[in-house]
Amino acid sequence: MTQDPETYSALGEVGAFQERRTLWTRIKLDLKKSPMTARFGMSVILIYAIVAIFAPLLAPYGEAEVFPVPYAPWSSEFIFGTDQIGRDIFSRMIYGARNTVGIAVATTLLAFLIGGGLGLAAAINRSWLDQFLSRTVDVLMAIPSLIFALVLLSVFGSTVINLIIIIAVLDSTRVFRLTRAVAINVVVMDYVEAARLRGEGIGWIMRREILPNIMPPLVAEFGLRFCFVFLAIAALSFLGVGIQPPTADWGSMVRENASLIQFAQYDLKAGLTPLLPASAIALLTVAVNFVVDWFLHKTSGIRDE
Amino acid sequence: MHAVFRTVLERLGLGLATLFIVSIIIFSAIEMLPGDFGEAVLGQAATKETVAAFRRELGLDEPAYMRYAQWIGNVVQGDLGTSFSGRNASGIDRSRPVVDLIAPRLWNTLFLASMTAIIAVPIALALGITSALYRNSIYDRTVNTATLTTISFPEFFVAYILILLLASLWPVFPSLANVDAATPLAERMFKAALPAMTLTLVIVAHMMRMTRAAIINLLASPYIQMARLSGASQTEVIIKHALPNAWAPIATVITFNLAYLVVGVVVVEVVFVYPGVGQLMVDAVTSRDIPVVQGCALIFAMTYILLNLTADIIGIITNPRLLHPK
Amino acid sequence: MSDSGQKGDILLDIKGLKIQGFSDEKWHDIVNGVDLTLRRGEVMGLIGESGAGKSTLGLAAMGYTQPGCKITAGEIIFDGVDLAKLSDAEKRKFWGNRMTYVAQSAAASFNPAHRLIAQTTASTIRAGLKDRSEAYSDARILYDALNLPDPEHIGDRYPHQVSGGQLQRVMTAMAMSPRPNLIVFDEPTTALDVTTQVEVLSSMRKIVEEFNTAAIYITHDLAVVAQMSDFIKVLRYGYEVEEAPTRQMLSTPKESYTKSLWSVRALEKKEQEIGQSILSLKGIDAAYGVSKVLFDVDIEVPKGSTVAVVGESGSGKSTTARVITGLLPQTAGSVHFDGTELPPALADRSKDQKRRIQMIYQMADTAMNPRQTVRDIIGRPLEFYLDLRGKAKNDRILELLEMIELDGRFLERLPSELSGGQKQRICIARALAANPDFVICDEVTSALDQIVQEGILKLLLRLQKELGLTYLFITHDISTVKAISDQVVVMNEGKVVEQGQKTEVFQPPHPGYTELLLSSVPEMDPDWLTNLNAKCADLKG
Repeated sequence: MTQDPETYSALGEVGAFQERRTLWTRIKLDLKKSPMTARFGMSVILIYAIVAIFAPLLAPYGEAEVFPVPYAPWSSEFIFGTDQIGRDIFSRMIYGARNTVGIAVATTLLAFLIGGGLGLAAAINRSWLDQFLSRTVDVLMAIPSLIFALVLLSVFGSTVINLIIIIAVLDSTRVFRLTRAVAINVVVMDYVEAARLRGEGIGWIMRREILPNIMPPLVAEFGLRFCFVFLAIAALSFLGVGIQPPTADWGSMVRENASLIQFAQYDLKAGLTPLLPASAIALLTVAVNFVVDWFLHKTSGIRDE
Repeated sequence: MHAVFRTVLERLGLGLATLFIVSIIIFSAIEMLPGDFGEAVLGQAATKETVAAFRRELGLDEPAYMRYAQWIGNVVQGDLGTSFSGRNASGIDRSRPVVDLIAPRLWNTLFLASMTAIIAVPIALALGITSALYRNSIYDRTVNTATLTTISFPEFFVAYILILLLASLWPVFPSLANVDAATPLAERMFKAALPAMTLTLVIVAHMMRMTRAAIINLLASPYIQMARLSGASQTEVIIKHALPNAWAPIATVITFNLAYLVVGVVVVEVVFVYPGVGQLMVDAVTSRDIPVVQGCALIFAMTYILLNLTADIIGIITNPRLLHPK
Repeated sequence: MSDSGQKGDILLDIKGLKIQGFSDEKWHDIVNGVDLTLRRGEVMGLIGESGAGKSTLGLAAMGYTQPGCKITAGEIIFDGVDLAKLSDAEKRKFWGNRMTYVAQSAAASFNPAHRLIAQTTASTIRAGLKDRSEAYSDARILYDALNLPDPEHIGDRYPHQVSGGQLQRVMTAMAMSPRPNLIVFDEPTTALDVTTQVEVLSSMRKIVEEFNTAAIYITHDLAVVAQMSDFIKVLRYGYEVEEAPTRQMLSTPKESYTKSLWSVRALEKKEQEIGQSILSLKGIDAAYGVSKVLFDVDIEVPKGSTVAVVGESGSGKSTTARVITGLLPQTAGSVHFDGTELPPALADRSKDQKRRIQMIYQMADTAMNPRQTVRDIIGRPLEFYLDLRGKAKNDRILELLEMIELDGRFLERLPSELSGGQKQRICIARALAANPDFVICDEVTSALDQIVQEGILKLLLRLQKELGLTYLFITHDISTVKAISDQVVVMNEGKVVEQGQKTEVFQPPHPGYTELLLSSVPEMDPDWLTNLNAKCADLKG
């Protein structure tokens, strides 16, 4: 094992060289090694995405189509029966994928746009801007966000646009904190200093030096924030102050059909009806959480034992 | 001045400042209302005079800072204003003071929250600490997957599953938690069983995961390895070396989750029609009864801020670096 | 104590020990069949570079394996008992009683919640060797023997209330408190400044001799091990290279690897004549916020030469570099570069001024963006300063790679796929890509293993000759100064203590601080510490 010092060369030094693989083969390899929970999560997310995109093709009836049979039982005509005013629950579930998930994705994207942008700016600026933004966020986070959202909705009213803006702004505080924290760790790196010394502009440093290095935690956070936003919107809709009828939405569907649960003793299927939209929500959040958990474990490099 | 004392005072000052700013934000909710809300509250048939009288009562003609001073002065004396509901176009005012609406319900909410906390905190700490100690065992993995699943569930989903199982299919507990001031303690606990169980499940999952992470973090410190290498047993490592440094993270975990409880209670109260502040607030939001919304928000925000303040202060007074300054 | 053995009896006998560690989802060999024999009262020096497995072996001598590691073969026989076969509960009877451990980072290894004396005596009291009051008064005696200030009361303090050097000595007292048969010292002085290191080394050696304790002293610093040990074992990649008594090992190492370790210290640049200054600092003051860190600093750097700036942490040597680069504008004084005054702030300097002054960092790991390939890293300055594109850029990158003794195979690698020395070479290539006149090297070799250090230093010297570069070399390591510099600047507490040709500065007599600094640097002579202590005793006496 002794290496002759006379023939020592930099080339001969053992580095942890890995075979260069294309993105696709690396993804395939990662997937091969992924745990069951993550695979389950990914399949669920994929199915939801397909359902959301092709909702009008998949749903047997219209989103707000009313039939003269309220509270119809499960049957071949109405797979999951009808609701209190006679709308097909199965169809509404399918449209709900589009509305509930779509609104949650839009809200999360907006939250990241606001929180991520400001967080990055604060990490680079580190003076009055950072102070101002950080103190503002401290105050906003001193109020529980559901309570804050309720206050704002009572003032501005429950429209979809208001809902998206209010939740996005409240949630952007957490995105801001995370982005700022991870970006600060990167900003102090010598390679960022080296870029500054070279005379690179702020845009280049942000785009090329900082962003690629803060992406993994931000991607994971996107998943977690999505779950949080999704649950918050579902909760608000359930409370009757979120997405308003006749838009099909899982949260309000639970509320509308809640009374059916009392009949579970007599007709189990009817009793299960309100749980269907609720479990649609739960299944997606579980799926996203499983995938994020795996992703975090993979990228953090922490292997506990 | 002693360092601990000074730091605690600083933190208290910061807490007060936060409360002040939060109160301004909540106060300004009424500022942001559209101009025609007087008509909305009093109804279409309201005359110009009654609307003007209503605006005068709210003091909308005075400058905002004056009204804030008056409002906060009243709040400090326990007066949260008067509800919008119960008014009508004719000018007859049957509205009730917000305090009278909130007070009995606040007691109910506190009862439900404390009942949950008493059950949930010990369970969560025990689960969190044991799964950190037996990290990566089958026990740990099972608990981990179970809690990850639970935190992904919306509160109302957990609530309805419990109703389906324990109230509908096998009727053990009532699904409606309709308590009032006269309900005796035992019956109150019986009626609040399902809401408390729902909250417990959700809180335990969160708190257990945070406890586990905090303990693992602590056990990775070099001084823990040093203690092992000087022959300390597992029990001694935990009690003598880990615990004295664990108060701050554990306090943070507990208060964070109690604060979470404050929010979670809103949905659960609605599901079980439990007469608490959360349900009152949701009703007030639906009817846009701003003074009630403000009152509830103020109470929730205050509880939340106080809990976080407590966690920080526990962290400060157990920090050896501050307890024994250089 | 159950110990009844005589000096010279075998205390520890490790045979064919193999240890594996789990990382990257595979088991890797860390220790590969090592034998080790230690007699009572002997001190063994265990040396090797990073990844040699020396810390793992040191801990295994106590029967301890870190989480994620396992013993796969071999015996660890301590006073007749095979530790490898014992359960944790059985091993605990030995730990903190008959064998103790001194860790590298004292600050992190003390529990912040307990008083020092309680931690010093905890294992002694637990093992029932002494009762509390006996153990406490014994601890005070040990504190005194270790030259700690105020030995009566220092134990009442908490870890954060004493300095790093003192804490390291308290940990030695803690290790000595149960009067163990064996102490394992794991790089105990690596984190300390040289002037503190000397005091800690002296007191450790004294106490080990006094109580006739056997010890394993793990370090990567040859000069330190020469002072502390009776014999030395050299490890590499988990294998034993050779073992010999200290004097014999220093004078006549057998294996070529050992010889190469020894020879690094011999590198010495022939001093150049002073030429015209390319950079001159005049009356520089600088401050971080309100705390002033540089006081009236004057430095002249002759063209084509190397000026080494030496000093301990906090001496202001890195701040000086930040002033030169414009990252920290000075509050007073001026920086002249090649005849013109440089604007203090980076933003006011021209692109060409930035191009001509380049910097190489201590930690190559953090100096390169982990998401960029070697091609991007070296290519960017070519694009940015020289406007090279396409084939011209590519050819130049390959030329630069050859200059630093690497080749085109490295183009698409990420920093994480390079070894420590290769990383630092890429950083050098990035600096060279700008065609600079002046390069600031900030501790560029201190994070590297000895042999790799030598390679980098030789490369820098060759490049200087070929390209006529001027270096400002910041370091705390005197042998590096000897290897590379023409001129030396000694700094302490933000001031220049001495500046001159290398031979002048290293020639006595020295002004007070230079004397302290130079005399504190351990030398390869095994008698160095003894002589130094004798000299100090003379001065005091």
